[in-house]
Amino acid sequence: MNRYPLWKSLLFAGVMVLALFLALPNVFGSAPALQLSRKDGELFKGDGAVQQFTDVLAREHVTADASFVENGRVVMRFADVPTQLKARDLIESSAQGTYAIATTFASRAPGWVRAVGLKPMSLGLDLRGGIYLVYEVDVDGAVKQVLARLERDYRTALREKKIQYESVEGGPGVVTVTLKDAARLEDAKSALTAVDRDVTLVTETRPEGGAQLRASLSDAQVKERQSFAIQQNITALSNRVNSLGVSEASVQRQGANRIAVQLPGVQDASEVIRLLGKTATLEFRLVDQANNALEAQQTGHAPLGTKLYKQRSGAPVLLKREIIVTGEQLTNASSSNQQGEPQVTVNLDARGGDEMLRTTRENLGKPMAVVFIERERQLREVDGQKVAVDVNKEEVISVATINGVFSNTFQITGLTSHEGLELAKLLRAGALAAPVYIVEQRLIGPSLGQDNIDKGVRALVIGSVALFVFMALYYSAFGLVANLVLVCNVVLLTACLSLFGAALTLPGIAGIMLTVGMAVDANILIYERIREEVRHGISPHAAIKAGFEKALSAIADANVTTLIAGVVLFLFGTGPIKGFAVVLSVGILTTLFTALMGSRTVIGLVWGRRAAIKRLPV
Amino acid sequence: MEFFHSVPKFRFMAVRRICYIISAVVILGSLAAEGYHGLNLAVDFTGGVVIEANYAGTANLDATREALHKAGYADVQVQNFGSSKDVLVRLPPIGDKESANAVTAKIEAALKTVDAGAQIRRTEIVGPQVGKELVGKGISAMAITIVLILLYIAFRFRWKFGVGAVLATLHDPFVVVGVFALTGMQFDLSVLAAVLAVIGYSINETVVVFDRVRELFPVMRTSTPLEVFDRAINETLSRTVITKVATLIVVVALYLFGGEALRGFGLALIVGILAVTYSSMFVASGVALDLGSSHRDLMPSQRATPVDDLP
Repeated sequence: MNRYPLWKSLLFAGVMVLALFLALPNVFGSAPALQLSRKDGELFKGDGAVQQFTDVLAREHVTADASFVENGRVVMRFADVPTQLKARDLIESSAQGTYAIATTFASRAPGWVRAVGLKPMSLGLDLRGGIYLVYEVDVDGAVKQVLARLERDYRTALREKKIQYESVEGGPGVVTVTLKDAARLEDAKSALTAVDRDVTLVTETRPEGGAQLRASLSDAQVKERQSFAIQQNITALSNRVNSLGVSEASVQRQGANRIAVQLPGVQDASEVIRLLGKTATLEFRLVDQANNALEAQQTGHAPLGTKLYKQRSGAPVLLKREIIVTGEQLTNASSSNQQGEPQVTVNLDARGGDEMLRTTRENLGKPMAVVFIERERQLREVDGQKVAVDVNKEEVISVATINGVFSNTFQITGLTSHEGLELAKLLRAGALAAPVYIVEQRLIGPSLGQDNIDKGVRALVIGSVALFVFMALYYSAFGLVANLVLVCNVVLLTACLSLFGAALTLPGIAGIMLTVGMAVDANILIYERIREEVRHGISPHAAIKAGFEKALSAIADANVTTLIAGVVLFLFGTGPIKGFAVVLSVGILTTLFTALMGSRTVIGLVWGRRAAIKRLPV
Repeated sequence: MEFFHSVPKFRFMAVRRICYIISAVVILGSLAAEGYHGLNLAVDFTGGVVIEANYAGTANLDATREALHKAGYADVQVQNFGSSKDVLVRLPPIGDKESANAVTAKIEAALKTVDAGAQIRRTEIVGPQVGKELVGKGISAMAITIVLILLYIAFRFRWKFGVGAVLATLHDPFVVVGVFALTGMQFDLSVLAAVLAVIGYSINETVVVFDRVRELFPVMRTSTPLEVFDRAINETLSRTVITKVATLIVVVALYLFGGEALRGFGLALIVGILAVTYSSMFVASGVALDLGSSHRDLMPSQRATPVDDLP
């Protein structure tokens, strides 16, 4: 008798049932769909939200195959692309800009599959089409901006202290101040230190008269500015990508100073780049309390010296014309919790601090507002010619009462912690923007994506079928076992990839094929070993046992080394290569599991019960 | 079915010195081909612009080149891609003066003058800096893979085996890259991934032979190391051949039916698998043998060190 321990067989069977269940959503394929999200950031809840859209479509006799709410967005699935596009136009014209409508693909899986939270593998950009952008943040440029600001502030500081200077010049990494009179060196030093105390100052008297001060940023300051520049751009890009309403879009940091943006299904590159290239700034202004904002909103006229704004809630607010501080003077903003109360700490540069000090001294107890301004370059037709126009979108993101006199560091309180996070994010996004440029741009058309899927799947099917035939011919019944185990392997691999939410790319399909090609090796090692043992004249049952045992070390060592290659690929690769590495690595693990446990279980089931086998079908 | 009814008795190790020479020639030839022809590196590595377009009718490549010259692109490559209707246009990296989108629009317009039904299926614009970094990353990825594998083999076997395995492994990427230099096929990111997979696969093969050597040494106490290595290779030969056939079936399917995007990947694996078969049998075992691997290296008794048991 040669039966595999029952618990191991049951474990294998259990894992395979689970894997079949997890892999199931991939069977249904996907269909064109629309994804609707509210532009004000509110989430859709419940089925009532779906009703309004199905009603709009029903009036024009357009029906969706399925409509449901997912992650606060309404998803509507259609039979084909023309229906999808017609539905988009209908909803767009009925809603007039309240919703972001994205064309996408949704799984055809029935409702219950979705209800239990099962999801198919998502498709990578090369398989579904879309735009891939890599932005590089000019971190050196960001540091230069700080030096330029320093240069400006030094001039102001020296002028205010009436210290005569020959020149204030910015060089690479330094600002050099040349004084006419060496006697005022100490005065100048304290004036410059007051501007920014973290800067390193080196003084030097010159033999021909006068003196020089060289200011350079400390390493910590340079690092801080660089990481701020990257964080700021990630925040800004994420905000704008979210506003596009593209499903499964992602913004990720890549390496030291790059940001990768993936927009599946999007085709208009220039439009997207324009939208993502928006710049933002901030204005701190005092709130005008003398006039009624609601009245101004109704009449459409803001009183003299004021300007009418809207808050995020939609409520109107009148602000004074004078700007206290702009985003250019903001150096950092962070949210934190002080004794359970969320707060946002704002840091300004020296000039901004001075302005703030003056304003707060005179306006204690009065409210101050922060306006977030997003500038977008739009092409407009003027007299038949296309002209680029900067369009500003302005919104008041915070109104807070001035509770004390402060200069370059202050806190905004009275927020929920979510509001605090959001406000800090917007403040950072509105600070002086570090320059970014696009270093990589890939656009894959949807027809190419479909082509890639078709060809990849075709190669996978042809290769697998040919392999199955070969194995069945060469190893007869045991070959069929190997084929069954191979199918189990692919099911398990698919289940794992679906579970991780990994995106399937073309190299990923190649990785699945390579896994299939290499997974048979484990079975071949075992079968060849069994044949050898049989040749040595050992009984069939003992041969099976010995075959599995003796092949184990070779299988393990061989797979661990390939796994090393897979993991290194994962760590070094980006984009599609990472996808290949994930499939290769996970594939090795599923191969080990199915080849060792699966083969043993099946062979045990079929041949294990027989008391004596005359000849092994291997 | 069975290809080998009994264990064959080929004397593999007898020809190992000839194989070293062959390997040296192949590696030098590969380097020469890379130096002479150069690798046809994809935009992934060089930076630049690639545009894939689909024409309504058969693409006229000369007319396309002409149209692009007129549009102001002198240094432009135009070739068919997969079918006679598909065209691949390649440009060197664009300067700061032109935005990527302006370039795409201009090229699309130029292609439309050749064939009104031309449709852009894919554009890739990669900055030169990105490409340079990728080359560096690719090389360090290969180096790290090889070092880690050397450590693993040295830990599981002995350092002599590790050296043999690594030399055999180094040999295989050279062959693959050499073939790409000779044929002028494009070397892109997916080919690089294939080369790394070949490295993993090469070790995989070597390990199977070494595993058998490790097993045979204690059994064949009276035999010379050379005989042990020969026997190990012969005993695993059947498995080596069958596995190669199985894997090649799949990889050839990928090469033939996977479309243009996977062709390079498929070719790299086909060449790689053939190179791996050769190197794991001749180079890896030969080097391990010539470094003086003997019974003593792999005797289990060596592992028993009683020091730890002392109180």
